[in-house]
Amino acid sequence: MQDFKIADQTYTSRLLIGTAGYPNFHIMTEAIAASGAEIATVSMRRVKFTDTSGENLFALLRERGMTILPNTAGCFTAKDAILTANLAREALDTSLIKLEVIGDEETQFPDVEQLLNAAETLVKDGFTVLPYCNDDPITCKKLEDLGCAAVMPLGAPIGSGMGIRNPYNIQIIRDLVQVPLIVDAGVGTASDAAIAMELGCDGVLLNTAVAKAHRPVLMAEAMKKAVEAGRAAFLAGRIPRKLYATASSPQDGMIE
Amino acid sequence: MANKKIIIIGGGVIGLGIGWQLAKAGATVTIYERSQSGRAASWAAAGMLAPLAEAHSEEPELLKLGSQSLVRYPQWADELEADAGMSIAYRVEGTIIVGLEPDDTDQLRHLYTAQQDLGLSVEWLTGREAREIESVLSPRVTAAIRCATDHQVDNRLMVKALQRAYQACGGVLYENSTIEKIVIENGVATGVQTQDGFQAADVLILAAGCWSAQIEGLPDNLLPPVRPVKGQMLALQMEAGIIVKNVIRTVRARYSTSVYLVPRTDGRLIVGATTEEMGFDTRLTAGGIFELLRGAWEAVPGVYELPILETWAGLRPGSRDNAPILGKTPVENLIYATGHYRNGILLTPITAYEIANLILTGETSDIIAPFQLDRFLR
Repeated sequence: MQDFKIADQTYTSRLLIGTAGYPNFHIMTEAIAASGAEIATVSMRRVKFTDTSGENLFALLRERGMTILPNTAGCFTAKDAILTANLAREALDTSLIKLEVIGDEETQFPDVEQLLNAAETLVKDGFTVLPYCNDDPITCKKLEDLGCAAVMPLGAPIGSGMGIRNPYNIQIIRDLVQVPLIVDAGVGTASDAAIAMELGCDGVLLNTAVAKAHRPVLMAEAMKKAVEAGRAAFLAGRIPRKLYATASSPQDGMIE
Repeated sequence: MANKKIIIIGGGVIGLGIGWQLAKAGATVTIYERSQSGRAASWAAAGMLAPLAEAHSEEPELLKLGSQSLVRYPQWADELEADAGMSIAYRVEGTIIVGLEPDDTDQLRHLYTAQQDLGLSVEWLTGREAREIESVLSPRVTAAIRCATDHQVDNRLMVKALQRAYQACGGVLYENSTIEKIVIENGVATGVQTQDGFQAADVLILAAGCWSAQIEGLPDNLLPPVRPVKGQMLALQMEAGIIVKNVIRTVRARYSTSVYLVPRTDGRLIVGATTEEMGFDTRLTAGGIFELLRGAWEAVPGVYELPILETWAGLRPGSRDNAPILGKTPVENLIYATGHYRNGILLTPITAYEIANLILTGETSDIIAPFQLDRFLR
């Protein structure tokens, strides 16, 4: 089923998972295991990463062989995001960064101008930049042209669970960019993740839909299946939509 | 068994509670406290006894333990107040969980469904019904859940009462006494190394909260998976016209921090709390206090006028699955009573009674059996 590659690293799972908002660490690690995800994203502003005392999030993820994808959630300016990315690189010894530059607390929509500025600087400084962005084809194309390793448009606002609100834009973005396309934010349930994959996305990044489900581990398993099903359906090629029926059993040669 | 020599590491409510019960049964008990007794998480807590409001559908064992501890609270309060000769301000008004806008109502409904699935006795209220019970609530409150059986206690009074009761029963408390090492010989805990040398014990109880994994001498694989989880809080002074009666909690879809307001008998109104993975950092931040005040003000607009009495940050001893680590360990004579996270005050009675019972009888009760360290060792 074609490789999913980020920064020359090949992954089997096309599901990327967040680490915030679970009932507890134990359920989080169980849910991550059930999701099959190999990449977990962690907010650098939410977790003190210089702490080496026994029990901590990074140790738990590393014990399980996860790739840690630090993110800049909570940064409102390019300057903040660049600083946070550099701290993350130093602390975690990784050049991977999920770049978020948020424009406003209420909607958590990206600030496109600041995002492009930050992406430009971070790419120049040798980071592998995975930007969280609007589902805007032009912005996505610009981010690719700047040298980002992927583009990650939102399906709907962060944590909203509203699904893929503009599938047509996602389709256009798919046509425009060559780098991996990952829907980030908006997935509320399994069918949302399947839809993103059916549209040709290379992966789905989600967090709240699993973390806040009544049963996070079960939802993680559902997401794993949905991403796999959506990917398979995309590769298989869906039939065209038609207004009228075509009988699935042929009418020719029937006994009169 | 009652004449045993017992050493407890940690002088918070858990260590004091166990110590009091054991000393009362005739054991020789010594508590070593690294700093001041009862001044860490025990002091910082809000004292909510809220297994229902805190319930998560994926933590049924913890809910059961919390509910069983709540049932024992009246007996605990009576016994403790009698032994200490002071009140701990145990109050039985319930908790009201409120939402202010449609997204909050959806989230409340999500919580209510989960609570009902767990068979909890909770009640759905309209905004108007909620204001009839608690008149200080904002006109913007549109929906609420009432957990009438969730209670509260003044945890700082409980700290003082436990210190008195423990010492009155003959317990010895050493403050500013760091344990340098737990001594284990051939799989048996034999005592501790202190500043003043080796102290032998028949039983060693680790009740050091978020510092439990920092003590030398334990094998790496038996370190309790406990970490500090920071919470910022503040206290306001209630005034005429703005007297809160019930514990109020918010569920807000638009903010990452939900707040609670806990009214004290002495007129203080405790507002908390942030939940931050910041290691042993206990600094207050502008953002943390801002979120608490915004959340409190939106739910109870009257707090705008109230004087601020105090601000503080504490460290919850968070275990990996939010549940405490109780009972025997693979090391003989070494007992754990730690990792109580955000339920330490609620779980103090059941922890004290059950751990004391374990030490006096040698039997692990069905109540604490699911909470032993071995659940992490599989």
